[in-house]
Amino acid sequence: MVDLSVDLGFLKLKNPVIAASGTFGYGLEFKPFYDLDLLGGFVVKGLYFKPREGNRPPRLVETPGGLINSIGLQGIGVEAFCREILPELAGLKTAVIVNVCGEEEDEYARVAEYLGRHQGIAALELNISCPNVREGGRCPAQSPEATYRTVKKVKRVTSLPLITKLSPNVTDITAVALAAEEAGTEAISLINTLLAMAVDLKTRKPKLGNVMGGLSGPAIKPIAVRMVFQVARSVKVPVIGMGGIFSAEDALEFMMAGAAAVQVGTANFVDPDACLKIIGGLTTWAEAHGLKKIREVTGSLMA
Amino acid sequence: MVIDRQARLVEVESWGDYFLFTFYSPEIARQAQPGQFLMIKVSENTQPLLRRPISLHNAEENQLQIFFQVAGTGTRLLSMKKPGESIDLLGPLGKGFSLQPELSGREIFCVGGGRGIAPLYYLARKLRSSGARPVIFYGGRSRTDLPLKNRLQTTGFEVLVSTDDGSDGFPGLVTSLVEAELKKRQPAYLYACGPDPMMEKLAEICRRKNLEAQFSLESIMGCGFGACWGCVRKIRRNGQEKYLKVCQDGPVFPLEEIVWQESNDG
Ligand SMILES: Cc1cc2nc3c(=O)[nH]c(=O)nc-3n(C[C@H](O)[C@H](O)[C@H](O)COP(=O)(O)OP(=O)(O)OC[C@H]3O[C@@H](n4cnc5c(N)ncnc54)[C@H](O)[C@@H]3O)c2cc1C
Ligand SMILES: Cc1cc2nc3c(=O)[nH]c(=O)nc-3n(C[C@H](O)[C@H](O)[C@H](O)COP(=O)(O)O)c2cc1C
Ligand code: FES
Repeated sequence: MVDLSVDLGFLKLKNPVIAASGTFGYGLEFKPFYDLDLLGGFVVKGLYFKPREGNRPPRLVETPGGLINSIGLQGIGVEAFCREILPELAGLKTAVIVNVCGEEEDEYARVAEYLGRHQGIAALELNISCPNVREGGRCPAQSPEATYRTVKKVKRVTSLPLITKLSPNVTDITAVALAAEEAGTEAISLINTLLAMAVDLKTRKPKLGNVMGGLSGPAIKPIAVRMVFQVARSVKVPVIGMGGIFSAEDALEFMMAGAAAVQVGTANFVDPDACLKIIGGLTTWAEAHGLKKIREVTGSLMA
Repeated sequence: MVIDRQARLVEVESWGDYFLFTFYSPEIARQAQPGQFLMIKVSENTQPLLRRPISLHNAEENQLQIFFQVAGTGTRLLSMKKPGESIDLLGPLGKGFSLQPELSGREIFCVGGGRGIAPLYYLARKLRSSGARPVIFYGGRSRTDLPLKNRLQTTGFEVLVSTDDGSDGFPGLVTSLVEAELKKRQPAYLYACGPDPMMEKLAEICRRKNLEAQFSLESIMGCGFGACWGCVRKIRRNGQEKYLKVCQDGPVFPLEEIVWQESNDG
């Protein structure tokens, strides 16, 4: 039997596969497909304090090997989440992680503080990296200073462990990662989507209602692996890698590059049970390579 | 809602760019309702990446049918599948047409434009078996865009066709045909599926005639089961305009809930 468990220090996962925020609804959407307890964990859709309408449609466009989305964090808000969804997730034996958003730095803290008063949350993932909310795709994760301030503010109001989610839309990803670590984040996850755009030749209009959006899927994987590699080398906190993971082999690539765990996003749309297949594939791979513990793969890159 | 990875394609009929597929898929067939749809995996690799939404054209016994028009890469790949192949289907998805029991014995208009005819066959069959009298309006650009005309007629439905170029039936838009018929008879209800400009015109006609209706909408879909918030349309419900998921709250909406201007400038 292969031991798939990983220990992030602040959180033990039964396997390294976590469903990514924004691609897994509030978790409940996947209950018809499989037992959520089989997952290492899942991250729910990003939450602001208040409900949000999100961006104007069309919100999705496919490009070679990828998907550009401009959802704009539509959602029910943290109060309705705690009242209506969280009780339904209670009793799950998997890590329920909540993705925390904010219009400005103080809102992150308000959302985190509110969530901290509720049971059943394993960790918070600070989404300081959504490209779809502000003009020009700007977000706190584009500046080490804003990242530091936001993480610090959230740390002050909650004792829940924090995973800070970074944006690839930066020049030096390690500077931002170090700022998050210095501010006290327990872990770092990356990458969020890459700011992108597509044009309709017939109408000469952008294909997305919001003009620009975030690119995800297999197309972004090499960039994501590179960034995970750079960050894992420069910080001590565990790194959770994502970006285009569709198979166990993809997940292993991230782990070798330094990820302690991985998240699976867009793949959930194509195959609702993509995470399960990846978990199964990790066992198969480990057995074929005589490996007893999957965590030994992390950082095993020969470089 | 189930994933049938091994739905066997048992029969293919085609007319130019239009295809009628019959699948053996007992579990999905058992749960299916008119107006619901499938998310179909059209490729084994990542090109194209996402599944494609296609309406249920019919469900009977252990079999499902879909009717589609080649619109781009995904539907072209789908059209190349051969009988005997297995295809990965996810469904049935969404909220279909709701059939009002009081419609029994009454005349009901079912209006389809182009590929929008797809879900109306299944609906018309259900309406008929519940005692209502469906009248199918089928509009296309030209006579070659009305491949289902015979099938609908031989099933015994009253079918009125229109073509933009006048090559078959009423010359002009299907909405003009509906308007002309409304001068002669008063249906109890109207169901429609088609391109947005047609639906918007039809909405205006229904409002003018005080005719209750349900419309099936399209939208680009990421998942088809409520996980991505990608498919939303603006809907007016309980006095509020909100973005609702076409895949979960729809694809069928009562006419009075649909807010139209969004799709024009979007
Ligand atoms: C609920 C639902 C039911 C549908 N039922 C049917 C059906 O029964 N028969 C049928 O022929 N078609 C149906 N469609 C439309 C069908 O899904 C699209 O034609 C198809 O996804 C296009 O994919 P493609 O790869 O061939 O084209 P692409 O190359 O992706 O795009 C070609 C063109 O189609 C448009 N398009 C892409 N995706 C969609 C979409 N989801 N809806 C509408 N337009 C789209 C694009 O903007 C572009 O203009 C339905 C759509 C929805 C949402
Ligand atoms: C439709 C969609 C919605 C997303 N919403 C969120 C979100 O609410 N919060 C967040 O942190 N990331 C969000 N993401 C980013 C993903 O969690 C993930 O970082 C990214 O898609 C890369 O992984 P992937 O290629 O496996 O999808 C979203 C991605 C997609 C495709
Ligand atoms: S298509 Fe994903 S929520 Fe509707």
